[in-house]
Amino acid sequence: MKFIKNYQFSLVQKSQKIVLYLFLIILALGLFEALILSPQDYLQGDSVRIMYVHVPSAWISLGIFSLMASLSVMVIIFKNKVFFLVAKSLAPSGFIFSLVALVTGSIWGKPTWGTWWAWDARITSMLILCIFYLMYLIAWRIFENKDYVTKITSFIAILGFINIPIIKFSVDWWSTLHQPSSVNIFSETTIHSSMLIPLGIMTAAFALFSLLIFLMKYNTELIKIKNKGLDRL
Amino acid sequence: MYNKKVKLRALFLFLSIASIILIVFLVLKSLEENVVYFLSPTEIKNLNETTTEKIRVGGMVKDNSIQINSEKINFIITDFKNEINVIYSGIVPNLFQEGKGVVAEGILKDKNFFKAEKVLAKHDEKYIPPEVKASMGEE
Repeated sequence: MKFIKNYQFSLVQKSQKIVLYLFLIILALGLFEALILSPQDYLQGDSVRIMYVHVPSAWISLGIFSLMASLSVMVIIFKNKVFFLVAKSLAPSGFIFSLVALVTGSIWGKPTWGTWWAWDARITSMLILCIFYLMYLIAWRIFENKDYVTKITSFIAILGFINIPIIKFSVDWWSTLHQPSSVNIFSETTIHSSMLIPLGIMTAAFALFSLLIFLMKYNTELIKIKNKGLDRL
Repeated sequence: MYNKKVKLRALFLFLSIASIILIVFLVLKSLEENVVYFLSPTEIKNLNETTTEKIRVGGMVKDNSIQINSEKINFIITDFKNEINVIYSGIVPNLFQEGKGVVAEGILKDKNFFKAEKVLAKHDEKYIPPEVKASMGEE
């Protein structure tokens, strides 16, 4: 266990605990707000509460993919050896959240729209994001050559990033079944503050969860490198 | 400054991304009519020829337009410029209401008459608690 002395290891491992406790506290607070304190919607009733899981998941899966794409640009241009490990460690939680967004959206769609699934622009582009995550994760497993796998995965991330603005603006560019965004920076936010607060807290909780999974994955990657007897990345 | 290789890699990446964005843009542009999920009554009116294929019409359910008979529901979809009569027999979603969004899937009989096989409610982007909505109505 001599690698524990290594600065990076001890930092990654110590911060895991802090992030875990912080996540549990924020999640408890967020769930209390979302399930008990926040009101029903005048039209949707209680199914509005699905939104507190659906929207943060979608935001975070988009955010993580954007982060992975920008790191991948650095990997390809500057051949940075740390960034591809960071991008690789980010991918699993992003994938899970894109899946959660699709599934909760489907569960919300049935009582609200009257259908589980619709091939509209927003939902289809979100499915494409989910597939890109899957491609990225599978590519890491099937290619053995280290230089090659770094290039392939970085290219998948950069290619998939083109989809991100399409997801974001699909509801504005085309007529879709999915409603336009309710939380806006440049125009009026159309969600009541009593529902915006739990949404914000849940987003923070999910972000912390992603950070936690990232730290665990990153730690694993560092251990793998240590076990191979390499002293640098 | 960065060496020549780094600059070349940056240029290569930039060019390949730019060309892929262009391809994606052109593909989406040419597939526009497939990407849109539904047509508005105005777009139906501007169609050159009525198709017999299954299409979707979307808009608002016009106020006081829902008529429920023993086995049929009649209502009017409007985009506040043009409107279209819809006939449907089947179960409508809970959120199907007058003054709310709707998407109907079915066959266009003519430019003013649509026979729906499926009716979906379209939710808007507003999230409001019931008490707040009630006080908004009083104003």
